[in-house]
Amino acid sequence: MSEFIRNTEIAADDFVALADDQPLPATGRFIVPLARWLELRPTTGSDVVIGVSLPNTTDIDTVWTALADRPLIELQFPTFGDGRAYSQARVLRDRYGFTGELRARGSAVVVDQAVQLARCGFNAYVLRADQHAEEFLARLLSTADTAWYQRPSRRRLPATARQT
Amino acid sequence: MYRYDEYDQALVDQRVAEFRDQTQRFLAGQLPEDEFRALRLRNGLYLQRFAPMLRISIPYGLLSSKQVHMLAHIARTYDKGYGHFTTRQNIQFNWPKLETVPDILADLASVEMHAIQTSGNCIRNITADHLAGVARDELVDPRPYCEITRQWATFHPEFNWLPRKFKFAFSSSTTDRAATRVHDVGVHIVRNETGELGYSIFVGGGLGRMPMLAHKIREFLPEADLLSYLEAVLRVYNRLGRRDNIHRARIKILVKELGPAKFTELVEAEWAQIDKAAFTLNPDELQRMKAHFTPHSYAAGADADRSYAAALAADSAFASFVRRNVREHRVPGYKAVFVSLKPLGVAPGDITAAQMDLVAELAKLYSFGEVRATHDQNLVLADVAQKDVYSLWQALKAAGLATPNIGLLTDMICCPGLDFCSLANAGSIGVAADINDRFDSLDHLYDIGEIKLKMSGCMNGCGHHTVGHIGILGVDKKGEEWYQVTLGGSAENDASLGDRTGPSFSRDEIAGAVVRIVETYLGQRRDEDETFLQCYRRVGMAPFKTRLYSEDAVAA
Repeated sequence: MSEFIRNTEIAADDFVALADDQPLPATGRFIVPLARWLELRPTTGSDVVIGVSLPNTTDIDTVWTALADRPLIELQFPTFGDGRAYSQARVLRDRYGFTGELRARGSAVVVDQAVQLARCGFNAYVLRADQHAEEFLARLLSTADTAWYQRPSRRRLPATARQT
Repeated sequence: MYRYDEYDQALVDQRVAEFRDQTQRFLAGQLPEDEFRALRLRNGLYLQRFAPMLRISIPYGLLSSKQVHMLAHIARTYDKGYGHFTTRQNIQFNWPKLETVPDILADLASVEMHAIQTSGNCIRNITADHLAGVARDELVDPRPYCEITRQWATFHPEFNWLPRKFKFAFSSSTTDRAATRVHDVGVHIVRNETGELGYSIFVGGGLGRMPMLAHKIREFLPEADLLSYLEAVLRVYNRLGRRDNIHRARIKILVKELGPAKFTELVEAEWAQIDKAAFTLNPDELQRMKAHFTPHSYAAGADADRSYAAALAADSAFASFVRRNVREHRVPGYKAVFVSLKPLGVAPGDITAAQMDLVAELAKLYSFGEVRATHDQNLVLADVAQKDVYSLWQALKAAGLATPNIGLLTDMICCPGLDFCSLANAGSIGVAADINDRFDSLDHLYDIGEIKLKMSGCMNGCGHHTVGHIGILGVDKKGEEWYQVTLGGSAENDASLGDRTGPSFSRDEIAGAVVRIVETYLGQRRDEDETFLQCYRRVGMAPFKTRLYSEDAVAA
């Protein structure tokens, strides 16, 4: 069972992934794939909260208008070394100013990539099954004060000046 | 040279601690082997044929004497007493023990060095002209821009898991000494027609099994916009580069498959949407970086010295060294002196701990305490007063570091090959030694002149064989080592990829084949001034082919 972290706290995941053949209930919090969301979008009632999961091949520029009002977007890391979703995250946060929950799911959601995920704008993590939430969190917090060469995705700093 | 501030030091120290933790978790069985592999590669650590290999980063090839002493210490303490300079201006150690690597990294951090991103599918060491800052044909010193790019690339959170490795090279001179056209991105620092400083950007070059020359995707990028543009290039690559086949994952394949025009369009579209202001190199920042590379305090009137000319006239061995291993310096009375790491019988690029210590001391005495590594696997003391060149030569000569062969055939580029590398199909060091043997005397007899011979032990092309004037590639045929030969490659301004001569040669035949190639050149050249490359381009492959594959040649 995967552990879950949101905003540097170990939490219970309060969203349910909805399979393609499952009907959408009238109330609740669900995550659906992008294609399903595009179908559901015109008909969704106000008692249901829907987050959207994107494949890592999606070009954010082409789908943003359909995502702009979503409270949650989930991005995928199908293998440990496939970093495409890092670019998707940066585009969502930096270009479109997405402020909702940005979730990472998949094989790269591990202690050794925790810091990069946070730095690209993720703020929620569905840990890979073999990972421990305490260790993941400890790593995240251990670099909270690090002055990286690049600006953090969500903190605007002057050009190339570093944090002091 | 660039000196770390507290932030630089903190980042490197943090990575040492993180790597120590990763190594301990791996040794305790808590980290899967394939994941530790990906993580250790990002710290330059391979597990090789005989032992781990650790590759240490030397940004744009620049080292202080103190750092060279530390490399000597590492060679002695953790290795078998020597190191190997690579074609990326880095140094590799072939025999460290896995458990000691965190300690090596801690030692390196104490002299502002590291092994970060020297391997793995991320942005690698930034390389540059080894004569940066002293070359007469240079527009501006490229190193401040290299350091800015190094910092931008170090622990970049978005680009640490790319489809494949990614290499930058910078050049700012009329002669490209950094092989920029065979890099993933080559940056040429230029002025536009109105005199503004900026860059021409080349993308999609590379060696390996599909060698290609980079395409110019932007004629002129303003100086302030370097990082936003590089963000755009890397983002397009991270999103669209192929991940289904490791042999098609480099950016050169993406550029080829999309076509340079379409690729350029995508980069420009991405760049148009990036918040450029957030990446702008403001004048203060540029100035701060340039202040790290201010010229040394050269002695006025150094060119009034007469002893240099006298020594040249009196000592023919010294004159021969100067002719081959000494280059002009932009300051009159100063010289750039090449330390040859290609003596007879030694693997190209290898250097012992004692030699490293000596070079460090000589740099302190004669060259402002700085040493440069070249992508041809030699070293340079770049700021030597001409009055000191003779003493320096004598000290280098006594240590076997003054072979007068820079740019000559025996100054070959060579990868570690089968002797060390787990990827290699064939030995390259032994072949290099054989060729050296055959040419040791011939070179003097005929004054063969400048020939760049480059050799790789496998398709990955670490020895840059495809851009060698003569290129040699080791291949495996049913368990035997064979060697393919190419002619006419070049990594300089007139960059070109070599042409295959024909069927490959056996281990016994290869040195003889190189001799026949050179003999063909000697027979065909117009005069002594026509170099091998010029001659090949004029006469073409036919006479070489005839000589290589005629029955006589095969029988001999």
